[in-house]
Amino acid sequence: MGKVAIIQFPGSNCDLDALEILRDIVKAKTDLVWHKDLDHDDYDAYVLPGGFSYGDYLRAGAIAATSPSIRIVKEAAEDGKPVLGICNGFQILVEAGLLPGAVLRNTSLRFACTWTRLRVETTRTPFTSRAEKGQVLEIPIAHNEGRYYLDREQIPELETNQQIVFRYVNEAKEPTGDANPNGSIDNIAGICNESGNVMGLMPHPERASLHALSSGDNNDGRIIFDSMMRTLAVPGA
Amino acid sequence: MTPGSYLVEVIVENKPLARDPEGETIHQNLILKGGYKQVTSVRAGKLLRMKVEANSPDEARAVVRKLSDDLRIYNPAAHTIQVRIVG
Repeated sequence: MGKVAIIQFPGSNCDLDALEILRDIVKAKTDLVWHKDLDHDDYDAYVLPGGFSYGDYLRAGAIAATSPSIRIVKEAAEDGKPVLGICNGFQILVEAGLLPGAVLRNTSLRFACTWTRLRVETTRTPFTSRAEKGQVLEIPIAHNEGRYYLDREQIPELETNQQIVFRYVNEAKEPTGDANPNGSIDNIAGICNESGNVMGLMPHPERASLHALSSGDNNDGRIIFDSMMRTLAVPGA
Repeated sequence: MTPGSYLVEVIVENKPLARDPEGETIHQNLILKGGYKQVTSVRAGKLLRMKVEANSPDEARAVVRKLSDDLRIYNPAAHTIQVRIVG
């Protein structure tokens, strides 16, 4: 069984939530690793948790993206290991160039803290392999800078490469403006790299993985961690 | 060539096609409401002012331009920058 590292940066604050789910709920061998203490690619998967690394100074994720630990994560990503960025972790992956685009301030200019519906656009990633295409997951967001941006002409390529993993949708599973909580282009909530092993999303699956912590009795976020576990359980992974 | 300390500013703003809700809000809800109808658009951005030791203004500007690219002071997917000497 593979081993997971949750990388902590100064200002990370969803690290313990992710640890709780990974170690105690889905039973993955998981370590919390301070970003300066990650010397080698010693793990089989990496999670960059949510929070406000370096106070979001300059741009959310921009300073953490220069941490030496990110170089190690890049090597791991090139080797095909799963890398998951949640919220600020997504912003770090984008700023580090592991994922394309940018994550900008919400168009509402307000911190958005609410439940969202996410439509699974592809099951080819290690984080969605247990979901079904078109399935809708209810997972909350909590962010001020969550507006995914990429030049409009680059979106078809993202689509063709199956790099759009989640879209914000309404009750009818349609990606409408009303269902878009932050102004993300094309309602994009999560994307992956071309290989599919690096994924980032703004919503917080770790906050929707336990019935006790979720509204509406759901644990939809767990499917992301269960998918990851299935990948790690493969011999040699 | 004038070796010395130069003041260099970097202005980071969203690309023209990336919406700037802060600028839009300042325009709509402050400037137009305040009666300044001649202002037709506002873009908000971020300003970094750096003191740089260099042999000339051009060298100072080049250093700041290089660090802006190398260290991703801006995200080229969404932003543009201007680098200018102000003192």
